[in-house]
Amino acid sequence: MITFEDVVKIYPGGGTAVDHLSMELPTGKMTVLVGPSGCGKTTSLRMINRMVEPTSGRVLIDGQDVSGQDEALLRRGIGYVIQHAGLFPHRTVLDNVATVPMLLGRTRRQARAASLELLERVGLPAEFAKRYPAQLSGGQQQRVGVARALAADPPVMLMDEPFSAVDPVVRSQLHAEFLRLQQDLGKTIAMVTHDIDEAIKLGDYVAILRQGGVLAQFGTPQELLDHPADDFVASFVGRDRGLRSLSFDAAASVPVSPPGDDLVTDEAGRPVAWRTPSGERPIGGTFTKDDSLRVITDLAIMSPVGIAVRVGADGVCDGIVRHHDLVDYLIARRS
Amino acid sequence: MNLSYLLDPAHWDPSVSGSFPQLLLSHLWYVFLALLIGTVIALPIGLYIGHTGKGSFIAINAGNAGRSLPTLGLLMLMVTLLGLGLLPVLIALTVLVVPPILTSTYAGMRTLDRRVVDAAKGMGMRPWQVLTRVELPMALPVLMGGFRSAALQVVATATVAAAVGLGGLGRLLIDGLAVNDYSRVLAGAIVVAVLAVVLDLFLALVQRWVVSPGVSGRF
Amino acid sequence: MIQYLQNNSDTVLAALRQHLYLALVPVLLGFVIALPVGYLGVRFPWLYHPLVNTCGVLYSIPSLALFVFLPVVLGTKILSPLNIVVALTIYTVALLARTVADGLRSVDKLVNEAATAMGYRRLRRLVDVELPVALPVILAGLRVATVANISLVSVGALIGIGGLGQLFTRGFQLFYVEPIVVGIVLSVLLAGVADLVIVLVQRAVTPWARA
Repeated sequence: MITFEDVVKIYPGGGTAVDHLSMELPTGKMTVLVGPSGCGKTTSLRMINRMVEPTSGRVLIDGQDVSGQDEALLRRGIGYVIQHAGLFPHRTVLDNVATVPMLLGRTRRQARAASLELLERVGLPAEFAKRYPAQLSGGQQQRVGVARALAADPPVMLMDEPFSAVDPVVRSQLHAEFLRLQQDLGKTIAMVTHDIDEAIKLGDYVAILRQGGVLAQFGTPQELLDHPADDFVASFVGRDRGLRSLSFDAAASVPVSPPGDDLVTDEAGRPVAWRTPSGERPIGGTFTKDDSLRVITDLAIMSPVGIAVRVGADGVCDGIVRHHDLVDYLIARRS
Repeated sequence: MNLSYLLDPAHWDPSVSGSFPQLLLSHLWYVFLALLIGTVIALPIGLYIGHTGKGSFIAINAGNAGRSLPTLGLLMLMVTLLGLGLLPVLIALTVLVVPPILTSTYAGMRTLDRRVVDAAKGMGMRPWQVLTRVELPMALPVLMGGFRSAALQVVATATVAAAVGLGGLGRLLIDGLAVNDYSRVLAGAIVVAVLAVVLDLFLALVQRWVVSPGVSGRF
Repeated sequence: MIQYLQNNSDTVLAALRQHLYLALVPVLLGFVIALPVGYLGVRFPWLYHPLVNTCGVLYSIPSLALFVFLPVVLGTKILSPLNIVVALTIYTVALLARTVADGLRSVDKLVNEAATAMGYRRLRRLVDVELPVALPVILAGLRVATVANISLVSVGALIGIGGLGQLFTRGFQLFYVEPIVVGIVLSVLLAGVADLVIVLVQRAVTPWARA
């Protein structure tokens, strides 16, 4: 657990970057610090590994005040990923990843062997090991950056806008891979971003900071979407937060009705089309119990007859949701 | 073009005093000494200024100031003040070596990507490790550029230093001019030009060898 | 020092005048030659590396060697000022041709494409767009070349023509510090003033580059 205890950072010259910040980032979870520029999110992050020293207050990792610890040793135990990856241009990909293990005194051979495994883990084939950072694309560099931060298997990771320098397609790919990786590893992660969508997508918890380094709200993405603490948070999380909040509810909780005879199926019972007075209309799409409420809503809106079709793992229809039932459910869900 | 002096085998005999090999060797010796002393002085100062950012004014202007010093005047001033000998010449040569190395070291340190330095610190490198393992290797191309121009400067100035009594290849030029032996002057000019070109080529190879392909872009 | 200047004002002024001439004529000649040469290195990319390497070799030749070598090639007398002028012109070209090429290469491709898209022909684009954008780089090279030339001229004193350098040889022969110090101070001042003039010109002609 990373604890901020009434942390203040005032830069010489007068600007207050962080203003009496208190929060707890739970162990094994990913907490995203998000806010407009000048909200002190990066400063807060950098106080965890003492790249910035607080003016007052304390930062603790698992109850240990970081300010009492040797800077370099503290940092070697904390993974650090930054925007543009910050890879060492003069070292090969493999030696970049091996940096912290080597600093910790492991032999070159050990460090390299472990690094090679890690490269694979972040989705880079072994032939990349001998290349230099300049020979990689932005997305590949960022993967190396993540592998480098993971190399010494630190329990805590700090990530400062790690995905903002790559294009949207690569970014969402990296997001998916990173979520999968985090599911396996269960690191305690603090990440900074200016992108609220990224925060909501990736974070188990989100801390929204406002100008002047004041914590506006701390909570799960769904809490922020459903119950924003104030107008600032409400406007920051965006207009269609009602719709986006649906992403966090599972489809499994929505009651279904049995399909009527206007649903056309093939011999195996898989839905094909709707029978309507003006002829057969394509089915559009289907959902499963693992999908979110947002998927059902989307299907109901897009369906020619206003009905979303649920299928089992075998693709056979096992129930439908009519749009007026869905609306009733959504209203009940709010109260 | 009278090449008789250059092609005379007697002048290539290493055992004869004043032969090309002997003059070349002493010339290289002065160049080596000046570069060594100059680097020992300039490199730490340049690294310190580049690493800390303190005193950057000195580093930025040293190069220009050094370039504007007339080498012949500096040599003759030193010898006039301190008398004939190796020491005053060496002082003058060192004064010329320090600015380009200092300025290029500083420039190399300042132009490197600070985000990489931030990453190095964030990963737990100590200041000394950041300097030697990250900043220095990244600054090396620019630093080597300064070192090479310093080396050329010393080769040229050591030649001129024959006018104030130093040995080396400049003797051929100065002595030849004194006795109107243009064949000797020409031989000296050719040998010293070849030396400069070859030395620069050699340092370019050294640079290619010590600079990481990831930095130079020669993969 | 003052005493020396008063007694020798004519000699010093003559040396200064010659120094200026020997240093600045090559700067002008070299600049005029380097512009087209550097442009060729950009216009024909295969020429760039040979150009850079040739410039590197020329620039690495020690000045005294070049001063005494040129009479053999040019057929001039060894005491002719032309040797110094030609030698320093060679150095200036060697330095500036590369700077011009690098400056032109540093022009943002997008800027060039935008100009072409607006209908600029190659030459007009060079004059209207590429050269102005490359100017800060080129003028930085010009400063280096000018300062280097001014300090190099005095080496010519060893073959009898060297502007302020003659004050050095005179002082050295008589074991007399004053002329040497006067020569050094004047040479450094001259370099400083010339440098300043180029900086001021640069500020005037590249208002967009002012920080």
